[in-house]
Amino acid sequence: MNKFAVGDFGHLFVITSFITSIIATYAFFQSAQTKELNNPWKKFSRIAFYLHGASVIGVVSSLFIIIYNHHYEYHYAWSHSSNSLPVYYMISCFWEGQEGSFLLWIFWHVVLGTILITVNRTWEAPLMAVFCLVQAFLTSMIIGVVIPGLDVKIGSSPFILLKDFMGNIPVYKINPDYIPEDGTGLNPLLQNYWMVIHPPTLFLGFATTLVPFSYCIAGLWKQRFREWIRPALPWALFSAAVLGVGILMGGYWAYETLNFGGYWNWDPVENAVYVPWLVLVAAIHTMIIFRNSEVALKSAIILVITTFLLILYSTFLTRSGILGSSSVHSFTDLGLSGQLLIYLLVFLFISIYFCIANWKKIPSSEGEASIYSREFWIFIGATVLCLAAFQVIATTSIPVYKAILEKLNIETNIAPPVKQEEHYSNWQIWFSIAIAILSGLGQYFWWKKVDGQKLWNTLAIPLLISLLISASILFFTELNKPSYILLVTASIFTIIANGGILIQVVKNNYKLSGGAVAHIGVGLMLVGILFSSGYSKIISLNTSGLLYSKEFPMEMNRDNILLWRNDTEKMKDFDLTYKGSRIEAKGFPGYIPKEKILQLDKDYQAIAKEDIYYKDEVYFKKGDTITVYPENTFYEVQFKRGDENFTLYPRAQVNPQMGLIASPDIKRFLTKDLYCHVSSIPAPDAERKWSKAEEYTIKVGDTLYLNDYIAILDGIKKANFIPGVKLSREDAAVTADFRLLGKEEYHASPAYLVMVKDKIVGQVPETIEDLGLKITFLHINPTEGKFTFAVNTTQKDYIILKAIEKPMINVLWIGTLLLVIGLVLAITRRYSEFIKMRDKGVE
Amino acid sequence: MKKSHIILIVIIAVAIGVIISTAGDASTYVSFKEAYEMASKGDKDMVHVVGQLKKDPSTGKLEMQYDPIIDPNYFSFVMVDTNKEEHPVIYFHPKPQDFEKSEKIVVVGSVKNNEFVADQILMKCPSKYEEKELKTSAVSER
Repeated sequence: MNKFAVGDFGHLFVITSFITSIIATYAFFQSAQTKELNNPWKKFSRIAFYLHGASVIGVVSSLFIIIYNHHYEYHYAWSHSSNSLPVYYMISCFWEGQEGSFLLWIFWHVVLGTILITVNRTWEAPLMAVFCLVQAFLTSMIIGVVIPGLDVKIGSSPFILLKDFMGNIPVYKINPDYIPEDGTGLNPLLQNYWMVIHPPTLFLGFATTLVPFSYCIAGLWKQRFREWIRPALPWALFSAAVLGVGILMGGYWAYETLNFGGYWNWDPVENAVYVPWLVLVAAIHTMIIFRNSEVALKSAIILVITTFLLILYSTFLTRSGILGSSSVHSFTDLGLSGQLLIYLLVFLFISIYFCIANWKKIPSSEGEASIYSREFWIFIGATVLCLAAFQVIATTSIPVYKAILEKLNIETNIAPPVKQEEHYSNWQIWFSIAIAILSGLGQYFWWKKVDGQKLWNTLAIPLLISLLISASILFFTELNKPSYILLVTASIFTIIANGGILIQVVKNNYKLSGGAVAHIGVGLMLVGILFSSGYSKIISLNTSGLLYSKEFPMEMNRDNILLWRNDTEKMKDFDLTYKGSRIEAKGFPGYIPKEKILQLDKDYQAIAKEDIYYKDEVYFKKGDTITVYPENTFYEVQFKRGDENFTLYPRAQVNPQMGLIASPDIKRFLTKDLYCHVSSIPAPDAERKWSKAEEYTIKVGDTLYLNDYIAILDGIKKANFIPGVKLSREDAAVTADFRLLGKEEYHASPAYLVMVKDKIVGQVPETIEDLGLKITFLHINPTEGKFTFAVNTTQKDYIILKAIEKPMINVLWIGTLLLVIGLVLAITRRYSEFIKMRDKGVE
Repeated sequence: MKKSHIILIVIIAVAIGVIISTAGDASTYVSFKEAYEMASKGDKDMVHVVGQLKKDPSTGKLEMQYDPIIDPNYFSFVMVDTNKEEHPVIYFHPKPQDFEKSEKIVVVGSVKNNEFVADQILMKCPSKYEEKELKTSAVSER
């Protein structure tokens, strides 16, 4: 009975968290309307918020207990977890479902809210009123309550029982208390360490965009139009850093786990985060202009608000099911689209209301900024970022236009662009060129005080250096497109220009170097993206000359090669050999060849058929029971180029729910990555077609020709141990020793058993995967000393491999790191400014 | 003219350019019939066709051809579009990984030499994320 109580408690906590968030919103609102800083409402509202926080932690704990203890009577545990799942992946189960990811988001808001209450004085009440209103909307998404009478369901609860979710299946008629023994498991693509840390980072990024938004609304509400920028700026920077890292982590996960062949796919789900990030970066730039020269306040307000609204819009896009077939990884529709739309529209309305009501009162500068001023160029940069964002969202929203038109009964057949990458890249590359030039140029304009002549004098040297470097790059690489050449030159210019500034700034005060470091990072990222994507090259070309259809010579995409097991194939300047399929085992550092073990059906156990070594050290003795991880199969592929040798293990999972899922293995060189994955494998064992058995009756020492290989029967031995068979003392077992001569020498020992007690004889056949042979020990004729064997042949083992070279990808990762370091430096500087002002009593 | 006006005009011009290119690059959802009509008119634009895989009603087997030993980059199958019209589709890539499981598929491509050649295949698998079926055979009672 107490198991059921966990879910009931959980549901209760969801309801209390919803109610407390509404109470806290009201209380903070009242507190904000009171003139005195320490009013009774404040104390009350804090208590309400802390109760809300406690309830949220209660919800999180309840859900985790359900997953951790495998309470499969709950739909969430059953559909996202399984008995064999390690604890660290149980954390990923938590946010595999939509409800859990909402919960994660709510949780981060609680953490951020607590910090904001602690660090703020005058801002606390109006800020938290906005915050708690958002919390009310978010908790309503997981409340799962049906309004009686109206038959309207609000939210989708993570604590729903399996019985309630699919109560009409026959099992429940026979046994109403039926509980499944195992869950359906976590999506194998999410069983990756990046999936343990990527979602929390991304949702922290989402959550932090609320902070500058709340400051902005609070500023408009309390008529503190200028002051909100100071406390909001460090948070905006923090948000940009976290969201940026979150996006990159997602890209890195896709690169390592999926087989799209890249880190960025212009998938709607990716775009939906990229767009608010661009606008957030634009917002930060306008906030910085305002902090320095008191201009662009209105732009800062609009951009901060837009960032948050875009986060809500992206939530709507990815969770309402509207993307449908246009995205590979959108969530399924939980019937929350209406609720999500209301959430978006309410905040859109609130924002518009506050802007319009105060528009005339917001200070704005008279006259125009000079084109010799820094603010002018930063403003242009922010504009370019917004246009880049607009281009992406305009195309990503195509399914939304279609839905709207259909709602209006207008027939439409509009679909997303076919060549998405081209469509986006053709625009984004020009925006990137502009951003690179501006972020370099901006550094040569000091605030409000530069004259033309001086500018050209200082600009000449870095410009010359960048042109020289990019000319030499052009000379040594195959850069040919004008846009590519421009992007490289512009990126190098920004690296050089910001590098020069960095050297000057570090001498005086390293705390001010954030901007320069971040811009160097951006320059490197652009170079890395250009080379790794623009010059990514498929090297696994099919050179076998076999053509299936000659009708479409132009269409042939011959980018996959077939590798027979133990046959060497040429690929570009490599010699490739596929060595066979491998598996991982508990306590074993490498991969174990599948033929060396016998897998049992039970609990991921296997028996070693022979001693298993790793680097001359025996890990498992013949007959040992090993715990294996059967989900992943690794395909050992040896690469040889001159004296250089290395082995890659691209992996694949044959999953009952999702079919074959391949993940790449990557060889990292300093200047490029070699990325390869299997595209196809033979059908799994069960579906394998064997030839009809041929029988041979031979003596010891005889030779057979099997599948073009010579097989010699070296002897018959008594065996004390047969893997996978329990032999009692009375039973007898013999094995035949075959030696097979192919390119290498192989051994096979099929077994013949006499089980005295059960009065049966049995055979344990042996399969030699490399040769596609199966030998069964059929019969013993003791009088003539002859033995009968059955031999089946099958298709030899093979894999189909795709390999891609990605040049300069490391430059992208280094650039990302620098961008984050730069942002962190900026955060510390801006936060200490806020603290200084707060302690003076200004804020 | 003030500088801000020039900037505004440039912004508007870029925004219009973005909208035009979005509209221009946007593809369309069509039926097989329309796709073939387009090809006969010489229109080479790629289109989206939504449909289902053709299954043998008795065996439940799909009508498809993939023999990686002969050519790993040739895959063909029969698809039935929303107007119940069926056509073979050719895909010059290995067979997509969870192809058999997909319930609804979208092929993106165009008709060439009187055959529909797919450039991309988008699959909607019923089991992909949440809608998993509870198999009673695989579970026992507690």
